[in-house]
Amino acid sequence: MTDLNQLERDLLTQVEAAGDEAALETVRVSALGKKGSVSELLKTLGAMTPEERKARGPLINGLRDKVQGAITAKKDTLAEAALEARLSAERIDVTLPVPEAPESRGRVHPISQVIEELTAIFADMGFSVAEGPDIETDYLNFTALNFPEGHPAREMHDTFFLAPDEKGERKVLRTHTSPVQIRTMMSKAPPIRVIIPGRTYRHDSDQTHTPMFHQVEGLVIDKQANIAHLKWILEEFCKAFFEVEQVKMRFRPSFFPFTEPSAEVDIQCSRKGGEIRFGEGTDWLEILGCGMVHPNVLRNCGLDPDEYQGFAWGMGIDRIAMLKYGMPDLRPFFEADVRWLNHYGFRPLDIPSLVSGLTS
Amino acid sequence: MKFTLSWLKDHLETSASLDDIVETLTRIGLEVEGVEDKAKTLAPYKVAYVVSAEQHPNADRLRVCMVDTGEGAPIQVVCGAPNARTGMKSVFAPPGTYIPGKNITLGVGTIRGVESAGMLCSAAELEISDDHDGIIDLAADAPVGVPYAAYAGLDDPVIEINLTPNRPDCTSIHGIARDLAAAGLGTLKGDAVPTVAAKGSCPVSVTIEDEKLCPAFALRLVRGVKNGPSPEWMQRRLLSIGLRPINALVDITNYMTFDRGRPLHVFDARKVQGNLTVRRAKEGEEVLALDTRTYKLNPGVVVIADDNGVESIGGIMGGEHSGCNENTTDVLIESALWDPLNIAQTGRKLGIITDARYRFERGVDPAFTVPGLDLATTLVIDLCGGEASEPVVAGKVPEDKRVIEFPWSEVPRLSGLDVQPAESEQILKRLGFAIQGSGERVSVTAPSWRPDIEGKADLVEEVIRIAGVDRIEPKPLPRLEDTVAKPILTLIQKRTRLARRALAVRGLVEAVTWSFIARSEAELFGGGDGRLALANPIAAELSDMRPSLLPGLLKAAQRNADRGLSDVALFEVGQTFASDEPEGQSIKAAAVRRGSARAEGVGRHWDGGAQSVDAFDAKADVLALLAALGIPSGGLQIVAGGPAWFHPGRSGTLQFGPKNVVGAFGEVHPKVLKALDLKGPLVAFELNLGALVPPKAKPTKMKPKLNLPDFQPLTRDFAFVVGRDVAAGDIVKAAQGAERQLIVGVDVFDIYEGTGIDPDKKSVAIAVTLQPTEKTLTDVEIEAVSAKIVGEVSKKTGAVLRS
Repeated sequence: MTDLNQLERDLLTQVEAAGDEAALETVRVSALGKKGSVSELLKTLGAMTPEERKARGPLINGLRDKVQGAITAKKDTLAEAALEARLSAERIDVTLPVPEAPESRGRVHPISQVIEELTAIFADMGFSVAEGPDIETDYLNFTALNFPEGHPAREMHDTFFLAPDEKGERKVLRTHTSPVQIRTMMSKAPPIRVIIPGRTYRHDSDQTHTPMFHQVEGLVIDKQANIAHLKWILEEFCKAFFEVEQVKMRFRPSFFPFTEPSAEVDIQCSRKGGEIRFGEGTDWLEILGCGMVHPNVLRNCGLDPDEYQGFAWGMGIDRIAMLKYGMPDLRPFFEADVRWLNHYGFRPLDIPSLVSGLTS
Repeated sequence: MKFTLSWLKDHLETSASLDDIVETLTRIGLEVEGVEDKAKTLAPYKVAYVVSAEQHPNADRLRVCMVDTGEGAPIQVVCGAPNARTGMKSVFAPPGTYIPGKNITLGVGTIRGVESAGMLCSAAELEISDDHDGIIDLAADAPVGVPYAAYAGLDDPVIEINLTPNRPDCTSIHGIARDLAAAGLGTLKGDAVPTVAAKGSCPVSVTIEDEKLCPAFALRLVRGVKNGPSPEWMQRRLLSIGLRPINALVDITNYMTFDRGRPLHVFDARKVQGNLTVRRAKEGEEVLALDTRTYKLNPGVVVIADDNGVESIGGIMGGEHSGCNENTTDVLIESALWDPLNIAQTGRKLGIITDARYRFERGVDPAFTVPGLDLATTLVIDLCGGEASEPVVAGKVPEDKRVIEFPWSEVPRLSGLDVQPAESEQILKRLGFAIQGSGERVSVTAPSWRPDIEGKADLVEEVIRIAGVDRIEPKPLPRLEDTVAKPILTLIQKRTRLARRALAVRGLVEAVTWSFIARSEAELFGGGDGRLALANPIAAELSDMRPSLLPGLLKAAQRNADRGLSDVALFEVGQTFASDEPEGQSIKAAAVRRGSARAEGVGRHWDGGAQSVDAFDAKADVLALLAALGIPSGGLQIVAGGPAWFHPGRSGTLQFGPKNVVGAFGEVHPKVLKALDLKGPLVAFELNLGALVPPKAKPTKMKPKLNLPDFQPLTRDFAFVVGRDVAAGDIVKAAQGAERQLIVGVDVFDIYEGTGIDPDKKSVAIAVTLQPTEKTLTDVEIEAVSAKIVGEVSKKTGAVLRS
């Protein structure tokens, strides 16, 4: 009896004293290995009488379980300590910078962004996007749009011309996106609902003008569309685009050769400290031109003005971008200065939508 | 177009305030650009009497004045003006007044120990003239306490409107008054023109050679006039709108131009030799015009000539020779009609901008040709005396009968505003339209002064601009179909958008550069076609439509580098031009990377040095773009070499077969760098989005079935020694082709040249991935596949397995 107790004490002391896994293994072999002290005791059970076995068996097996348990526990403790030691040796300086991710360096130009914004709005109202060439015929840029030959209205447009061809006709860089109205009406039967964003060109360069700029036009042709609908569309657009609850607009009768009646539209705003806010204030800011499509334009497209009617409007994309996002000048839009682009550009995944909002 | 309030009131009986008038003008389409109201800005300035002006005790140049302002006790003012003296009348400003000429607001001050409670002002301080020699010295009878602006007649507000080119009738103050009267702001006055007591016929006759260019020409002689300065009221009005008074006869023509929109010309009859002929100028003929410049004429210009030669450029500017001055005693007054188109062309060609041209090119009221002459004659006789002859009229004032059949329903149809016929009729009548008939449909005759009125839509505009566009209530535009909104973008529109996002995600920054570039740049990038050159470029370096996006981007990258930002990555998605036809325009995407602006990271990093961009960065960009666009890479070929603007050995062409080249990438050619004054390293790609094939139409959106093999894939590595010229792509292709069923991937993982390898050879190591589908491969089977791979690569490229 005393032997077993003594042996247990000795073995447990040895287990406790083991400093690493190797030492622990030596203890395990000495106790539980083939020739181990506990194994030897277990072997004696076979030669015992049933009565002896009944008395000694549980004691010897108990000793084995105890030693086995102690070894397992010690093994875990040692592994834990080893991991601890490893982890405390494995250290990095987490304050070291990582390269800036490409998706946070990239930018989308405000003009592209604004075109996507207004496309989202007008798509919701049932408009599609029409496009046309930058190099236009004089006919489509002017004549078809009811600009009479030599009329002062043509002088309002400072036109870029290309060299005359064999017939003496010279093409122009479109001075507005309106020739696409003609192209659309010539190629598609009403009802028509399109917006036409694109590059336009005028021979003008100063603080507030660049020889190239961007316009978006809208065109609606059917058998009912009238100024009341035009007003609704423009009000809804302005609210959605500028992301305000209310806007106040003023329609001033004006003149464009291709619309009759025509109007210029001002939007009410406040200007405080260089910041423009819509839906409040007392200032008026001119924002677009519009009108009912001129009967001559409809006729030029083969449409009977007594049967079909509709309206069109146009505005500067660069200008509404400036109004919404606060760029003070137009010229830097086309200078590709990365400092400007980084500041006023949009992150690659800021994709405007009506579902998640035009801006994040 | 400028006019003053009092001038307007000559034509409009009204009790409306200035603010009402201004607001109404803008509302009815005569947009007010600005109002200059001196009565308002100069309100605090009053006429004052200098009771005494004595030497300042402490300053030689200053005087202490006691000033009677008409209210209360005299006020003490210290004044530095040399002309300040006892008993004079001048202009006083009390403390709190803003002095525009000095940009200060007055306070009560102490000047050299003497209190001063206001200021006596010079004309310059009020910004009414440049005179700052002394304080304003008024007449002895000037009424003390009266606002100076009113006393000096400066209280007539000047209104400037931004006139649209369709409204020649409102180049006249009378016409503006008519519009305001129609809008309910008062009653129009002055329609009747007095008859002229004429004696005898006009001794000078007029011949018109081409009545298309000059349909009518009325002329009359007034004998025995006395020409001198025009009366003060006329001078003041002309000055208010920015015209310089010359003499009464000339001022009358200018006055008529604004008052009635009727430009006239006056000849000194004694300087006119013989009769007048209206004809085309002869090539090279010259005239010294009233602006003292000599114009060289051509047959496009219509002139008025006498026996001396050209006396006047018709409808634009008179000649110096027969102009009127203070010695003029006999005057010929001309009132003519000119062809608007010819006037516009002549004015443009000669570069002359005059008030006459402005009106004639827009269209002057033909019916007012002779009445205008009568009105001018009356003014001449009133202001200069003299005796008028009968007028002589050459040509004929054209008949103008524009009758428009007008259903009243047209107004609500186009405007959405239910204006009642009675209101529409009243508006049109007030504007001078004549209406025949009654009921649903009437005949409307446009007035002679409204050449812009052509049809029904014009009448609708007239009605609603006067009725008020703000009365139209916005109304939702009904959807065309009661369905969920359908996708609207075309393929190229989708690809354009996607391209922008895909490139931006790679750290590239989107630029928008000019569509036009320098001719030399266009030529460097495969352009330079004369049909794409602008006839009138805004600058020499913006002369030709771009064949490629790269010149603009490369130069932009350099501009940024010049500012110290040397690692730039820019892209653009935009139009390029191969011809002047619509088909010649295509949308391309291009990017440039400079310095160390790589997608993985820019500049130096603690984990590794700054790595310069190379052609593979550009290749990675364009392949990422193609992948983002969903272009299947199967048929894509990458062929060594690219267009001339790329380094021939460090560029590649992207194509789907030799006939469908879609783009290129690589290092920019050193010659291009030199020509554009750029510093590398610069790499770029350009891809023609329009040349990419559309996706195959599929009946459903189902993706192909996913077959996941039950067996593990395995990889075998091979190192080949091949000639240095062999393309790695060919080795990969050969390996892939060895056993199509099993080989699912081939990657190049090492390239080695140097020790242990022949100088004209290189080692290319590839990893081949095999994917068994039926059963696990045995060693023997794997060996067989390996042998096949080696055999195929050797056969196609001459490679041997590296030992």
